[in-house]
Amino acid sequence: MTAIQVENLTKRFNGFVAVDNISFSINSSEIFGLLGPNGAGKSTTMAMLSTMLKPTSGSASVNNFDILKNEDDVRKSIGIVFQDPSLDEELTAYENMDFHGRLYRVPKKIRQKNIIELLKLVELEKRKDNLVKTFSGGMRRRLEIARGLLHEPRVLFLDEPTLGLDSQTRNLLWEYIEKLSKEKGITIILTTHYMEEADRLCDRVAIIDQGKIIALDTPEKLKEGIGGDVITIKSPDCDRLYSKINTLPWVTYAEPHNGSVTISLQNAEKHVAEIVNLASGDGIAIDSISIHEPTLEDVFLHFTGRAIRDEKSSSKDHIRMMRSVRRR
Amino acid sequence: MDIVYTIWLRNMTRYLRSKSRIVGSLGMPLFFLVVLGFGLNSTVSIPGMGQGYIGFIIPGIISMSVLFTSVFSGIQIIWDKQFGFLKETLVAPVSRLEIMLGQTFGGATSAVLQGLIILVLSLFIGLKITSVSGFLIAFAFMLLIGLSFTAFGIAIASRMEDMQGFQLIINFVIFPIFGLSGALFPIDRLPSWMKVLTLLDPLTYGVEGIRYGLSGTSQIHPVFSFAVLTGFTVFIVVMGAYLFRKINV
Ligand SMILES: Nc1ncnc2c1ncn2[C@@H]1O[C@H](COP(=O)(O)OP(=O)(O)OP(=O)(O)O)[C@@H](O)[C@H]1O
Ligand SMILES: [Mg+2]
Repeated sequence: MTAIQVENLTKRFNGFVAVDNISFSINSSEIFGLLGPNGAGKSTTMAMLSTMLKPTSGSASVNNFDILKNEDDVRKSIGIVFQDPSLDEELTAYENMDFHGRLYRVPKKIRQKNIIELLKLVELEKRKDNLVKTFSGGMRRRLEIARGLLHEPRVLFLDEPTLGLDSQTRNLLWEYIEKLSKEKGITIILTTHYMEEADRLCDRVAIIDQGKIIALDTPEKLKEGIGGDVITIKSPDCDRLYSKINTLPWVTYAEPHNGSVTISLQNAEKHVAEIVNLASGDGIAIDSISIHEPTLEDVFLHFTGRAIRDEKSSSKDHIRMMRSVRRR
Repeated sequence: MDIVYTIWLRNMTRYLRSKSRIVGSLGMPLFFLVVLGFGLNSTVSIPGMGQGYIGFIIPGIISMSVLFTSVFSGIQIIWDKQFGFLKETLVAPVSRLEIMLGQTFGGATSAVLQGLIILVLSLFIGLKITSVSGFLIAFAFMLLIGLSFTAFGIAIASRMEDMQGFQLIINFVIFPIFGLSGALFPIDRLPSWMKVLTLLDPLTYGVEGIRYGLSGTSQIHPVFSFAVLTGFTVFIVVMGAYLFRKINV
């Protein structure tokens, strides 16, 4: 069963192409990820699929309803958590839920029952009568997810569900999302620019950059696709290092990017020493070397020649990510 | 109707919860009432009005309270836009007309409540309500002012991106509407150019209608006032609904 079908969807803003002729389909009960950097067109895609924005061209259907012709049916059958907060801070958690339930015409009995159940699910039941303005970022996000599920949608849209949350809260949210998918069998489409998020949660991932889908597969296949291991070398002289390494026969792929060179190859352990010797022979300094299995970050780099986020904002996450990969 | 009620309910919940705003927005009308009322009561006498100057401006101050509360309630939509809540409402399977009407009724209700608070407080400084029908007439006009100016606020908010233009609207639109309405002075002895402006101001008919209801006399026939204000309300609600339909989030 297909939950979402997208064909040649395009959105232009005054000539600027934000979403460029994308096509994909999502199966029911699948967790599908749109992974891409800032401005890739993820939110714009979500807005078109949720009928908030008219596409410039192309077509799509959600739960077999056409997003242009059956707008209302699409809206009834989806739940959505926007990238930006969308709660009424002056209302309590319960009131926010109740407002939503009434808007979607959920009958009173079911509404009251579902609200309590969902608030329990996201562990906010005790705070149900507190004003949302007293909630932390993570609590708000959980409430928004619970709210999005209140009218029992068959597809849930999550636009950057864990953006700006600390790693502990993020882990909690991931558990909720996994639980939802398992217990309720709903289809989830989520956008993210966190590699680990896509890797952990998604059955399939579409990597999107500058409005185009550049790769689409299961995280495992995407990572296998770039082959073997990955070595990342930090060096002040990385361009020279790159030109040295790029010609080596056992390097399947190499790419310099903000102060590092990333290399794809088989049997990394064997070749590390060789690289170090080569570099020191030519007087190229090396700050650090890491060997790891390919991550989605490497996949993105492989397809675009760029890191998904600039070094500044990502370095901390990157270290954490490498650690988590190594632990496996 | 259930959706209109839902939006109305949210507005009421927020209104009743914001005690400080309820009290705060009574400040200016009460200030006008007390300072102008008592300040000018002994020097200004208005022919044909039995209750002195205070009695004359009470309907004007009630109108003022309804006017400001309703415009603010309409403009509230910009906050909903900025805090993101509007998206949640707009993505639901409901029509924008229902949302707009709910907002209009919600704003009008809180505006009328504010007007009633002023009315009740006025009882302590000399207002006498002589008949139920008079009160109901005043109430009907308060409701019309509330509905039309909430819709007016929504119309403005639908075209505004953020709160930048807010002060401008208050100073150059809302204050003139209040000032020219005959809330504070009788309109029949104005210079003719000013009288024209006064008669073009929809609030004038609201003030006159409330004045008729509360004191039994007015300078414009209440039926005519009612017809004009009803026409204005219908026009501005339709316009507000039209502009709200095109709002972008
Ligand atoms: N209403 C709009 N008018 C003009 N340009 C827009 C509009 N909305 C989005 N864009 C542009 O379209 C591109 C894609 O934006 P979009 O919000 O879909 O990106 P995104 O992938 O969600 O990024 P982020 O990770 O930052 O949320 C961006 O370059 C953005 O500037
Ligand atoms: Mg986005």
